Amino acid sequence: MSASSDVGYHAQRHARWHYGEVAFWLIVLACGFAFPNRYLIMTDILRLALFTMSLDLILGYAGIVSLGHAAFFGVGAYAAGLLALHGIVTEPVLALVVAGLAAMVLGFATSFLVIRGVDLTRLMVTLGIALLLEALAERFSNITGGTDGLQGIEMQPIFGVIPFDMFGKAGFFYSLAVLFLLFLFARRVVHSPFGLSLRAIKNNPLRAAAIGIPVNRRLIAIYTLAAFYAGIAGALFTQTTAIASLDVFAFERSADLMLVLVIGGTGYLYGGLIGAVVFRMLQELFSTITPQYWQFWIGLVLVVIVLVGRQRLHRWVLYVPNLVIKQLAGRKAVVAVPESDA
Amino acid sequence: MTIALETKNLEKQFGGLRVTRDLSLRIEQGARHALIGPNGAGKTTVINQLTGVLKPNSGRILLEGQDITDLPVHRRVLRGLSRTFQINQLYPDLTPLETIGLAVSERLGHGGDWWRRMGTRNDVNDEIAELLARFHLLDVMNEQTVTLPYGKQRLLEIAVAIAAKPRVLLLDEPAAGVPESERHDILAVVGALPRDVTVLLIEHDMDLVFSFADRISVLVSGALLTEGPPEQVARDPQVKAVYLGEEAVNV
Repeated sequence: MSASSDVGYHAQRHARWHYGEVAFWLIVLACGFAFPNRYLIMTDILRLALFTMSLDLILGYAGIVSLGHAAFFGVGAYAAGLLALHGIVTEPVLALVVAGLAAMVLGFATSFLVIRGVDLTRLMVTLGIALLLEALAERFSNITGGTDGLQGIEMQPIFGVIPFDMFGKAGFFYSLAVLFLLFLFARRVVHSPFGLSLRAIKNNPLRAAAIGIPVNRRLIAIYTLAAFYAGIAGALFTQTTAIASLDVFAFERSADLMLVLVIGGTGYLYGGLIGAVVFRMLQELFSTITPQYWQFWIGLVLVVIVLVGRQRLHRWVLYVPNLVIKQLAGRKAVVAVPESDA
Repeated sequence: MTIALETKNLEKQFGGLRVTRDLSLRIEQGARHALIGPNGAGKTTVINQLTGVLKPNSGRILLEGQDITDLPVHRRVLRGLSRTFQINQLYPDLTPLETIGLAVSERLGHGGDWWRRMGTRNDVNDEIAELLARFHLLDVMNEQTVTLPYGKQRLLEIAVAIAAKPRVLLLDEPAAGVPESERHDILAVVGALPRDVTVLLIEHDMDLVFSFADRISVLVSGALLTEGPPEQVARDPQVKAVYLGEEAVNV
């Protein structure tokens, strides 16, 4: 039946890999070899990218706004720190997973509060949870080290064979591998019926329920998964910097995250990755030009982005690469598409 | 005669306002039942209670003899009660293909699959293709819904409800706002619904009501005024007075 196979083909349109995506990851990998003295900032970008991807899963796909995503980042960070410090789980990859699971448990438990109510309620609830955790971390300083944070963390070699070096090379490739694996997983999930149902819920929860989608269950599931991702990002932070302090829970971290995602664009997974790169580059650039006022310029960029519209910006930015790719790979190839088409 | 959908002494208040008053409806299996009434009679409120969007203050709702009063919206859908909305409730960013694909996936129990790609199940694809063809949406299946002409969106609205394979279908003013040139498609689709699907139609358009329904209930101020076959309702002086004003109805 041709109409049916046609439907199958088009239903998987976005799930197939584009040339542009392959190119994107190759470039990221190449950066690891091209800039050997920039590992620290690049690792920082990778962590931020993973963290932003986590927010994209709930905000970009399911429409859940959050001003307290740092809660999960922080739990992951402290969990990884404590596991390493007390020698509970010394192998980094395993510790990473355990830390992610800890954040995931918190995500599941708080999801019931978050799915209730509308956007404003969600902003307040998520914000409140993050503040609460920050206060708890400060209060229980015998565990968390209080304002000093966790100190003296020593990381064991990855899989017992690859040690973290002082230039951050191992840390970079380790973070890149984690980011890529979790990206693959997220990519798979968002192109499944489950992922599509999240977009349906974001578009119109009333209709979503009216075709039999258990709205709350789906939201709980994605919120829990996003918490896992954020926890992993936090754990990577601790593992690659060997510190965990109270600012992992800070409001600024959650708020910055929103900026990063807005800059990169929501709902197509690459937004978090592109946003993280652009955000950190802008931050570097502006802080070199005007060390005191860089936030002003970031703010200005943000206002311009919102006013001009991301879709238009994306189209401008992608115009030339798309042209090149189309020359090389034929008309159907697309290097990247604005968020709403992805 | 089997009763497909029934309400027993349904009561709904918004503050002090009684918008549904002691409403008892019985809709027979396979019926083409119309619910009519003047603006503000509470028709859509009734639909919202039937589908679970609103909770009644008291009274029960039975679907094929089973009490569904306390079930959430999505569980009623899985039990075979589906609806269309008076104002399109679609997914602006999604395509007709995705919209219908979701509805079919949910019904077949694949909606929660998080690992398998959309579009890799042949049974789902077959159904999507069939529905897209039946509702004249094949040519626009990859367009974003928000960009479709209104008539196409209206067809999609009905297609989504049908994709849930309902045994009872609630149509809330299916032809509302559709331009004259595209009405025919809608009416043809509604008319071609299989006979084993019970249909409750809410409609303002009297031509559509009297050509389609085999039984009519008249709702006034939230209460049932009268009920009967179309000829009887058309002749009813109360109905003429309250609902149709001075205008005569041609059956």
